[in-house]
Amino acid sequence: MINLRIDTRASDVAVSPSENGQSDVILMTRNLNFWYGNTQVLENIDCDIRPREVTAIIGPSGCGKSTFLRCFNRMNELIPTARIAGSVVFRNRDIYARSVDPVEVRRQVGMVFQKPNPFPKSIYDNVAYGPRVNGYKGDMDEAVETSLKRAALWDEVKDDLKKSGLALSGGQQQRLCIARALAVQPDVLLMDEPCSALDPIATTRIEDLIRELREQLTIIIVTHNMQQAARISDRTAFFTVAESGAGVLVEFNDTQKLFTTPTDPRTEAYITGRFG
Amino acid sequence: MSAQATAAVPSPDVWRASQVRRRWSGWLFYGLAVVSTLMGLVMLGALLFDIFTDGARQVDWHFLSNYPSRIADNAGLRSALLGSLWMLAFTAIIAFPLGVGAAIYLEEYAPDNWLTRFIQLNIANLAGVPSIVYGLLGLGLFVRWLALGRVVLAGSMTMALLILPLIIVASREAIRAVPDSLREGSYALGATRWQMVRQTVLPSAAGGILTGTILALARAIGETAPLITIGALTYVAFDPNGPLDIFTVLPIQIFNWVSLPQKEFHSLAAGGIVVLLVVLLTANSLAVYLRYRMQRRLQ
Repeated sequence: MINLRIDTRASDVAVSPSENGQSDVILMTRNLNFWYGNTQVLENIDCDIRPREVTAIIGPSGCGKSTFLRCFNRMNELIPTARIAGSVVFRNRDIYARSVDPVEVRRQVGMVFQKPNPFPKSIYDNVAYGPRVNGYKGDMDEAVETSLKRAALWDEVKDDLKKSGLALSGGQQQRLCIARALAVQPDVLLMDEPCSALDPIATTRIEDLIRELREQLTIIIVTHNMQQAARISDRTAFFTVAESGAGVLVEFNDTQKLFTTPTDPRTEAYITGRFG
Repeated sequence: MSAQATAAVPSPDVWRASQVRRRWSGWLFYGLAVVSTLMGLVMLGALLFDIFTDGARQVDWHFLSNYPSRIADNAGLRSALLGSLWMLAFTAIIAFPLGVGAAIYLEEYAPDNWLTRFIQLNIANLAGVPSIVYGLLGLGLFVRWLALGRVVLAGSMTMALLILPLIIVASREAIRAVPDSLREGSYALGATRWQMVRQTVLPSAAGGILTGTILALARAIGETAPLITIGALTYVAFDPNGPLDIFTVLPIQIFNWVSLPQKEFHSLAAGGIVVLLVVLLTANSLAVYLRYRMQRRLQ
């Protein structure tokens, strides 16, 4: 059972990203706090995501990485006791304002999950699902083909579009889920440990794909694998669990800088494997 | 030998004794389980044998196409069979949308509060209410208050009430078995709640929902008490042609024949039971087939 319970604020004040002199920001959070029931999961997160970059989110288990990711497409409000405070601004608009429909947010901010979750439908219908629910009026065959090509799956499935999505291998299923997400032409793609259920070869293909997709859209990826973050991301955010028990953003920098010259001792401890 | 030494190096005999006991209790419960299974099978076999030896030769076209009669040789169950089918059809039309709708509401829309839990508890309780109570409700509500009279529709509405809890419980289980990852996947693509339910949850749950509904309808076709209570007739020598016609059903006809003193009518009753069983088994096989097909389509 999924319920909807969320504090929406009456104000629909557009927060300008220029207030910190940074104009090329597609997504930003300000004073983002998050609770499940009485447990605070995220504490005062300020974070700017630049367009057409891959932003990696790393950190130990339980630091709120996935919760943070799900704040960007309002997926957290599907959890009954979830509560959010602060703002998440997407293209100068607070997506938690009362006037914003989460359905519209989710079309523009797509998501790929940890475990591949294709619908028990044909490959074609999996990809066409998003366009259909969003009332897409264009040529569906073309939309499906384009999306499968962008997800580097077309050549493997073009003769078998009627086959069930569940009949594919794990790596193919995950690329099908990426194709499915791309089919509604989102500006941002959230990826929640997309390779954790895949073998190394399938992982490599997804990583190659992420590098190609970076040319066209903004990607935020949660990963447990620091090598993966180093390989594919432009910038990396390191989260950890504060003494209060809530997740905090410790350091957010260019990936190369964060991994070679971390400024915070906690980051250094984590990336050198002494903690977490 | 001190107690300490025993604790440190246990004697092998201690272990062996427990092994033997464990193996024995394993065999014992295996035997009990087999006997329990056989008991059910043997009873079913005896029942079927008894009925078919007596009733199978009764079942022919004449039996199916003639009205009941005082003369055993002329008697058939045409009106009862048609009455059962009419009643079944309208019961399905009424109970299926209501039951599935309630299940969707409870699983996908209702907030998790005391009221929802109260409703859920009471639906489970309703499934256990004796059928004659539904008959009395149907008599008061549909036959008298709505003034429908003792017609097919009144019977169907009563039966719908009777099987509604069964359909709701089965549909809820089927809906709950749909993994949340599919719901999340659907939401993440910008689906509204109804789109998510309609295009993701319902197709995945359809097999379980249909199976539960058909089994509930099979229960409805075998029920007698509520229909006797609302006053379905025992002797009907015409075809029921619609929801507002007076009717009888197979179990009532069978009961009627059994209660007559003449031996020939008892054979007719056995024949009626064979027809009823065939209708029931057809419905159940349909349920199994539908479930199989749905599952295969999903894989």
